[in-house]
This record gives sequence, C-alpha cells and structure tokens, in this order.
Amino acid sequence: MSEEVSAPIHTTPVTAPTRLSWRTGLVEYGPPALLVISLLLLWEGLVWYWAVPAWLLPSPSRIATTLVTSLPVLAEHTIATLTVTIPGFTLALVAGFGLGVALDASPLLRRAIYPLLVTSQTVPIVAIAPLLVVGFGFGLLPKVLVVALITFFPIVVNTIDGLQGADRDQRRLLEAMGANYWQLLRLLRLRAALPAIFTGIKVAITYSVIGAVLAEWIGASAGLGVYIARSLRAFRTDQVFVAALVTSLLTIVLFTLVSLLERWIVFWKGER
Amino acid sequence: MPTLELHSISKTFTSPAGPMLVLDRLSMQVAAGEFVAVIGPSGSGKTTLFNIIAGLERPDAGAVRIDGVDVTGRRGQVAYMPQRDALLPWLSVIENAVLATVVHGGDVAAARREAHALLADFGLQGWGDARPALLSGGMRQRAAFLRTVLWHRPIMLLDEPFGALDALTRAQLQQWLLALWDRLDRTVLLVTHDIDEAIILADRIYVLTPRPARIALELRVALPRPRSYTLVTDPAFARLKRQLQQVLMNDERG
Repeated sequence: MSEEVSAPIHTTPVTAPTRLSWRTGLVEYGPPALLVISLLLLWEGLVWYWAVPAWLLPSPSRIATTLVTSLPVLAEHTIATLTVTIPGFTLALVAGFGLGVALDASPLLRRAIYPLLVTSQTVPIVAIAPLLVVGFGFGLLPKVLVVALITFFPIVVNTIDGLQGADRDQRRLLEAMGANYWQLLRLLRLRAALPAIFTGIKVAITYSVIGAVLAEWIGASAGLGVYIARSLRAFRTDQVFVAALVTSLLTIVLFTLVSLLERWIVFWKGER
Repeated sequence: MPTLELHSISKTFTSPAGPMLVLDRLSMQVAAGEFVAVIGPSGSGKTTLFNIIAGLERPDAGAVRIDGVDVTGRRGQVAYMPQRDALLPWLSVIENAVLATVVHGGDVAAARREAHALLADFGLQGWGDARPALLSGGMRQRAAFLRTVLWHRPIMLLDEPFGALDALTRAQLQQWLLALWDRLDRTVLLVTHDIDEAIILADRIYVLTPRPARIALELRVALPRPRSYTLVTDPAFARLKRQLQQVLMNDERG
C-alpha cells in the first residue's frame, strides 16, 4: 500500500499532468483518508469510553464544535499571525537570497560569515525572542525578526548551493563565449539555482507560521500564539487543538502556494 | 598562413602524485576552410587542448594564434561545441541557438531570424520553440551544433560532438554533417576517439600520444569530396584506417 501512495512523488510526468480521474484520486487519497477517519473514530470512542475530562483531552467532535463557534475570533487571530508571518518570511527571503548571492561571489566573505550563520542556527530561538522583545518593544518588529531569523537560514544555504551547483559544461560554454560574471549569473547560475532556492523556500515557509506563533506566545496582543497561551491558562484544551489545527492548515496553504509558484517558475524541472 | 596555429604548447597540472605533464610542446596548424581531426587515447589531454584554444585555460608555455594574432588565454575567439550538448533546459531551441549573440550583445532579433532559416537544414523544422527536454539525443546534438554555427566565428572546435550518441545516430549525424559541411565555409578542429569519424570528416588528422600528448602522426586524408558514408568500404579508407590503428596500438603498448 505504501508503494502506491508514494509512487506519484517519484514519477514526475513528462507532459503536463492530466486531470486526476476519480479512480486514481481514490487510489492516491483513499488510504490516508481512511486511516485518518479511523484514528478520529478511535479517538472519539476512547474519550467517551474512559470519560476523559475535556481539559485533558477533548474529543474530535468537541474540537469540531469549538472550531465552528470560535471561527470569527480565530479569523482575527489568524490574520494577526499572517501579518507577522508574511513580512518576516519576505524579509528572510530578500535578506537570505541577497546574502546567498554575496557569499557565493566572495570566498573570503563565505569563509568569514558561514560559520557564524551555522552558529546562529544553533542558538535556541526561545532564548533570543524575549531579548528581541526587550530590545524592540512589543510592536510588530521583534516578532517579524523572530520569523525572519528562523526562516532565512535554509534560504541562504540553498541559494549558495544552487548557485554553485550550476552545470559545469553549461558554465564552460558560456565562459568560452566570453560571458562575464553578471552574464553568467543572469543567463545561467540564477536560473540553475532556482530549484534549490525553492527547496529552501519550502523548508522556510513551513517554519514561518510556527515561528510567528512562537513569537506571539512570548509577547503580543493578538495572533494564534496569544490565543493558544490564553486557552492554556483557561484550561480550554479544545481551543488549543483548534489553534493547532488552524496553524497546520495555514502552513499547508502557504506551502501549497509556494509549490504552485515553483511549478510555474521552474517550469523546466522534471521535463528532462 | 594558417588560420589557427598552436605553437609549442605545454601544460602541466599538479596532482597528488606530483606535477603531471599533459601537453608537451604541442604544435598544430589548421588552414582556412580546413577540417582537421585530432585523435588520441582517452586521457591524452584533448580536452585540455581545447580549453586552451577556447581561452578557458592558459598554457604554461607556447601560444595560440589566429590569423597570426596571439590570442592565448582570450575567450570568445573560437566557437566551441562541448561533448555533452550543454543546452540550457529553460530556453527553447532558438533561444539556445542565439545564446552567443546574447552574450556578445549583438542583434538578437537578426540571429533569431537566421536560426529560424537554418532549422530545416539542421533537421529541426517545427522544433524552434520546443525546449531541449522534448528533443531526441541526435536532435539535441544538432541544436548544439546550430548554436555553434550561430556563434559566428570562422573557427569551430568540436569536442567529440557525437561521442555520447548510439552508433546508428552517430552515423546519421556524420552523414548529415558531411552534406552540410560544404556550404558552411568554416575552419574546424574536431577532437574524437573514433577513427572512422576522423577519416570520413577530416582533410587532415593528428594522432596524439598518451600523456604527455605529443604528435605521433600527421596524416593527410586524400579522399575526394563530397564524401558520403559509403566511403567506409573503400580500399583507400581501409588503408588509412590501418595506418592510424597501427600508430594508436603502438601507443597503447608503449
């Protein structure tokens, strides 16, 4: 069964993907859907059977009810989280890409900065985030910076790797044509780096929402992180689950958007 | 005066085992309009030689001259076709073909028109807007050759251009190149390890020794043009082939 589920990931279609028929759709999404539904039913049954208190573990049906009733509040918090996520991620994208190109261009810079970059990723963000709040106040900036700090590393690393991974023969050809550094960058290396850069972006976007929630937890007046913190204090575990669900959905939506953008921009990938 | 002249070129690489002499005072001349093939055992420094002519590497000693002008270490002086087609996958056949014009800042629109006009001759009619991934191996190689022709240099370097193809496709492309050749009016230096290919295509053949590369034999191919692939059964062809094989086999033993 796992063979069938994983098969579409490995075989990239040469031509444009045809519309999924309901049959292939069933083969692809049927097993995981069945599994999730079974697990939810099991969860519901066990909570009922053992009479688990709602503050410890709410049942799926209760979580669903809470989701519906708290939708207006959730929407507000979700928008607040997005206003942290999107600027933070954009900042990381611009800074990460720029730094990647600069570090690729200068071996000296690379030797100097690369170890610092790696080290910066080993410092726990929960230690840095409160310091940022102390330094920059309770406004948007410290939270945006937390998201940027978490997400820019995969973008820098993948930009450098992508730029340096350009095909050697293609590079030699352009050099033989007399292409200078900028022409080589524009005509070959940036294009060749795009698949790797998108890999970095996809990793970064999955971190970005969690980063924003974490930042809000530490100091904010609105956002899913605030909602989770308040719900925990009120022993509203069902609301915590709902917030977690929305955080996941938000991440999946952003990831899907990036994947669609990738398919559009890196159109030649998988053609070969 | 030869159009392309290599004068006593030497190149040494440093390897973990110490310095390694790859090219040993190598001298060659290619006259204007001449088709010259270089045959050598693998690892004999053919690619290094091409890198030096293309200006991608500098020799330790010696000079590359074009029409008597020293161009050693200067790029963009000759058109160059690598062994693997090196087509850019995000560009169409036409866009790949005019790449040199883009790099040189020339008239790209005119180059595109020229490329379109040449598509039929290159067996790529109707494929101008297709990306390389859709092309067969032989078509990709012809597209790469079109790019080399549209580089607009009187001298072309071909680095085992048919080396990665299957035998049948290779024979077809050699036949095609023979037919196209007389109209192109270019000077060609072809590197190959295929003896038949060298005899069929070239006016003159240099055979290189194993590393360090020196010239083991210079052979004039006095077969009439226009040639065709049926030449391989000709007695004169067989004589030349035997002569080349003897030199190459001696090298293997030595």
